[in-house]
Amino acid sequence: MADMRELVRMLNELDEDMVQCVRCGMCQAVCPLYAETGRETDVARGKLVLVENLSKEILRDPKAVKERLDKCLLCGSCEAACPSGVKVMDVFLKARAIITGYLGLSPVKKAIFRGFLSNPDRFDGLLKWMARLQGPFSRNINETLGSSCARFMAPVVGDRHYLPIASTAWHKKGRRNFKQPDGRGVKVAFYPGCLVDKVLPRVADAAMKVLDYHQVDVFVPEQIPCCGIPALAAGDRQTFEHLVQKNLDIFDKVPFDYLLTPCATCTATIVKLWPMMTENLPEATRARVQALSGKTRDINEFLVSVLNVGPAGMPTDPGRSVTYHDPCHLRKSLGIIDQPRTLIKAAGGRELVEMKEPERCCGMGGSFNLQHYEISRKIGGKKLNCIAATGADTVATGCPACMLQITDLLSHAGLSVSVRHPVEIYAESISS
Amino acid sequence: MSNKNLISEFVRILGKENVMGEEADRQAYAYDSAVLPPVVPALVVRPTSREQLSQTIRLCSRHGLPLTVRGSGTNLSGGTIPSSSQSVVVVTNGLNRIIELNARDLYAVVEPGVVTADFAKAAAREGLFYPPDPGSQAVSTLGGNVAENAGGLRGLKYGVTRDYVMGMEFFDAGGELVKAGSKTVKCVSGFNLCDLMVGSEGLLGVYSRIILKLIPPPAAQQAMMAIFDTVETASEAVSAIIANRIIPCTLEFLDNFTIRTVEDFRHAGLPVDAGALLLIEVDGHPAQVEDEAEKVKQICNQNQAKKIQVAQSAEEKDLIWQARRDALPALARLKPTTILEDATVPRSQLPAMVSKIKAIAEKYRLTIGTFGHAGDGNLHPTILTDKRDTEEYSRVEAAIDEIFDAALGLGGTLSGEHGIGLAKCKYMEDETSRATIEYSKRLKSVLDPKNILNPGKMFGGKADG
Repeated sequence: MADMRELVRMLNELDEDMVQCVRCGMCQAVCPLYAETGRETDVARGKLVLVENLSKEILRDPKAVKERLDKCLLCGSCEAACPSGVKVMDVFLKARAIITGYLGLSPVKKAIFRGFLSNPDRFDGLLKWMARLQGPFSRNINETLGSSCARFMAPVVGDRHYLPIASTAWHKKGRRNFKQPDGRGVKVAFYPGCLVDKVLPRVADAAMKVLDYHQVDVFVPEQIPCCGIPALAAGDRQTFEHLVQKNLDIFDKVPFDYLLTPCATCTATIVKLWPMMTENLPEATRARVQALSGKTRDINEFLVSVLNVGPAGMPTDPGRSVTYHDPCHLRKSLGIIDQPRTLIKAAGGRELVEMKEPERCCGMGGSFNLQHYEISRKIGGKKLNCIAATGADTVATGCPACMLQITDLLSHAGLSVSVRHPVEIYAESISS
Repeated sequence: MSNKNLISEFVRILGKENVMGEEADRQAYAYDSAVLPPVVPALVVRPTSREQLSQTIRLCSRHGLPLTVRGSGTNLSGGTIPSSSQSVVVVTNGLNRIIELNARDLYAVVEPGVVTADFAKAAAREGLFYPPDPGSQAVSTLGGNVAENAGGLRGLKYGVTRDYVMGMEFFDAGGELVKAGSKTVKCVSGFNLCDLMVGSEGLLGVYSRIILKLIPPPAAQQAMMAIFDTVETASEAVSAIIANRIIPCTLEFLDNFTIRTVEDFRHAGLPVDAGALLLIEVDGHPAQVEDEAEKVKQICNQNQAKKIQVAQSAEEKDLIWQARRDALPALARLKPTTILEDATVPRSQLPAMVSKIKAIAEKYRLTIGTFGHAGDGNLHPTILTDKRDTEEYSRVEAAIDEIFDAALGLGGTLSGEHGIGLAKCKYMEDETSRATIEYSKRLKSVLDPKNILNPGKMFGGKADG
């Protein structure tokens, strides 16, 4: 699509959603990016105006609109707080796809998404290769956090304090079939998500332990394609649809009650964005998307709301406490607020101490962190202060991306606070 | 802005990151919350210090560039829409420091870009109370509140922004610093410039610091909801409460259409067959609150309230106010375009005004929900439409004209709290007089001889500097 008229026609399909914005500006109160920059183009109202102006040819600069549209955490804070109920995420993701379709994908993104992300085996191979390299090039920083940083100025890593990539993706060892394919108990398929699979395999291990303990029969496929969110965020609808299709082909073959993921972003993507962004696919495919999407659950939600894991009056040790950060994609996208907290309380051991503004975005925003690391760190600074003020020895959050960002923040601040998924905390209580 | 040298002068003063000249950036400052055509400015600047603000104004003055000061751009009358395509928009959200919060002398000194709700929270942390609470307080700036003389739900008992401005420093049209008012309770040095500046909508100067009064918070509150069959009986109850020498801190009104819309939205169990709801809160010393709450209840009963629900807990209180908070969002979701007016009448004329609005809605076949501040006669008739439907929109415009006519006919005013801006300047002479307009224009022309401060607002006229 290199025709401006076609771009305008497609953007106009978003008109019904865009016209709902009454320019009240209430999104300025909740946007974590706007809080740092104070620029109207960084907040939903400004971005919506730019997309609308592009669709009306008042502005004839798709590149300028894309640059501003891409500068967004996609945290959904604006949509959750919008008095007029504007479907901001719908408009943003669709506009990104439409404008990227017009401008074309950057060569680097094209190489990453089409060359690796859309091909799970090759993606695993690349990461394995990177995992081998990272040893000689990084040094350990913080024992509690397990964080590392680059020994030399690395072009992409920069000043980040990161968790090392696992030498083997978790699912290579973790793949398993139902023990009792005809059994009557709850059957789940487990979807670790790329970050847990490749950087935080311990979260998947903890999930397996918990599910085994509760006698849930689990299936883990031998290949786990990405949910597609990085491609979708970059406007690469082709890769996104390809990945959705690949996932459908894998998970449609096996009958199960729920698809579980420990990743807030994967859950929100499959539950909310898959149905929203596959409108143009054939009816039969859409039905499959709806079916899988309808069965997908966040693991905290599953354990608490389906299995009824609850606080059993577990004793807590004096002086040990844990605080909880709400991932945007659990709280704002899916309304999952209590379940992770219940799981932490059910584990006992540490007292749950609420931080101030637990719902405030950590500033990660997936690829936002790669493109705008300085702002991402600034946004995270507020989160860091809220965590530190609790004095907790552990911070829990139900999203591996938030876990990475918080690890980076804590490591830079030299704090020895461990970062855990609620499932890990609950799993620890099972062994003891 | 085509003049490259001029832009580089702005960059020299403000730094590259605080000067926005690209078209995509400028288009994002062409509007505010009013339903009016956008005007794309020539340049947008974001000063982060008093010195930068002063130099920005001097530069505009030297080159005769019109400037529009903008806080969070939530103005409902178009006051922050740039005057012309030559305009420089001066964004104040980089000037957002609370410079002093003095709990001994009960005042605070703030920069204009401090967000209202943030300031109220900061005051509360010191055990103090800043009462003005406009609907946009979560994002609105104090500078914007002062420029518009913003009100809110507590106007009846606690007054509006004007009542809390003790003094200020502002830059005149040449960028010179002017001081008005004081940190003292009493101050009669010179003209009362401070009151002239409050509600001046950016036409007379640019605030750099504002001194705001703080008060001790009330020790207790009691909220209740009274259900009435008709607007008339609800309105009689309002008059009777005041006549009995009780001034509730909040006395809000929802008409039947708004009640039904809020109930469809929240499903909180509101009485959908009620003609009107009054949401009432009294505050003060606990004994006084108990006494007044009881009296208010009796008065509502005497005025044929069908039912009165007194909040027994914080949750119940929250539920009552949730209904009021939901009014605008619930209405706004019905149609793409929401026009929120603020025509205000003497309290006793409330039933007359409500029935006139109803008649106007019928005459022009429009959907209008009415809610608002019954205690001070400040109603918010909210017109729900779709600006893309040009035929309906012309009926909307005619209806707005008639709403203002009706308010003025009942001895009221065009604007209780949203300001005149662009939206209402054509009605100004109807409310005042030709001489009033001329007097104001003469004042403006002396204080701003080059006509660069937000020209074209409040009484229309030439907008291009």
